[in-house]
Amino acid sequence: MSSSLSRGGGRARPRGAGGFELFSWYFFRVSGVALLLLAVFHVIIMHVINTVNEIDHAFVVERWSQPFWQVYDFLLLTLALLHGVNGARVAVDDYIRSNGWRVAAYSALLLIALVFMVLGGLALVTFDPGQFESVAGR
Amino acid sequence: MSLGSIYRGREGMVSWALHRITGLGVLLFLLIHIADIFVVRYGAEAFDDLLIIYHALPFRILEIGLVAAVYFHALNGMRIILIDFWDGAALRQRELFWGVVIIFTLMFVPTAILMLIAAFE
Repeated sequence: MSSSLSRGGGRARPRGAGGFELFSWYFFRVSGVALLLLAVFHVIIMHVINTVNEIDHAFVVERWSQPFWQVYDFLLLTLALLHGVNGARVAVDDYIRSNGWRVAAYSALLLIALVFMVLGGLALVTFDPGQFESVAGR
Repeated sequence: MSLGSIYRGREGMVSWALHRITGLGVLLFLLIHIADIFVVRYGAEAFDDLLIIYHALPFRILEIGLVAAVYFHALNGMRIILIDFWDGAALRQRELFWGVVIIFTLMFVPTAILMLIAAFE
C-alpha cells in the first residue's frame, strides 16, 4: 500500500510485526466481514421478514430452542461486543490525551466488555427452553 | 505528516466521521439490547412487559435510525477493507463512497418503509 494514496477515512495498517495494534487492526476487519453477515441478517430477520409486532417472549424461546440460532446469536454477541468496545478504545485514544483519564476510560471499557459478555453469555448459554414449554408450544 | 490523511476532507472525512458516530451509536444500543434480552429468563410476563418500550412509537422511530447506522457502518466497513487490500480501490475511494451511499439507499429505504408500516399497523 503506497502511503501517497488516500485512506478514504480508514486507518493505515500499524507498522512493524506483531503487537496488539496490529492484531486489533486485523480483528476489526475479520470480525467486520463476519458481522456484515451476522448483524445485517439479524436486522433483516427482525425488521424485514418479521416485524417488531411479532417479536415477544414466545418468539425468542422458539428461536433459542434451536442450536443454530443459539450459536448464531452467541457469535453475534461476542463479535459485536469485542468489535464495538475495541472501536470505543480507538475513540478514547483519539480524544483523551491525559494518561490518567485514558487509563480510567480503558478500565471502564474493559469492565463494560466483561459485564456485558457475562450477561449476554449467561442469557444464551444457561437458557432452558423446557422451562417455558407451555409458552413455546405454538 | 503521515497521519494527515484522516482530515483530507470531503468524502474521506465525511465517511470517517459517519463511521465513528454510527459505530458508537450501535455499541450503545448493543449494550441496552444485551440487558433487555437478559430478561428473557424471567419469563413471558416480565419480558413482554419490557417490550412495551420497543413497541412505543418514539422508540420505533429511533430504531429506524439504528438500522440506518448498522447498514451504513457495514457497507462503509467493506469499503475500508477494499481500500486496505487493493490499491485500485484506494485510487477510487471517492467513487466507492458514493457506491456505499447508493447501496445504502437501496437497502435502507425499503427497510424503513416496512418498519414505518409495521409501526403504524
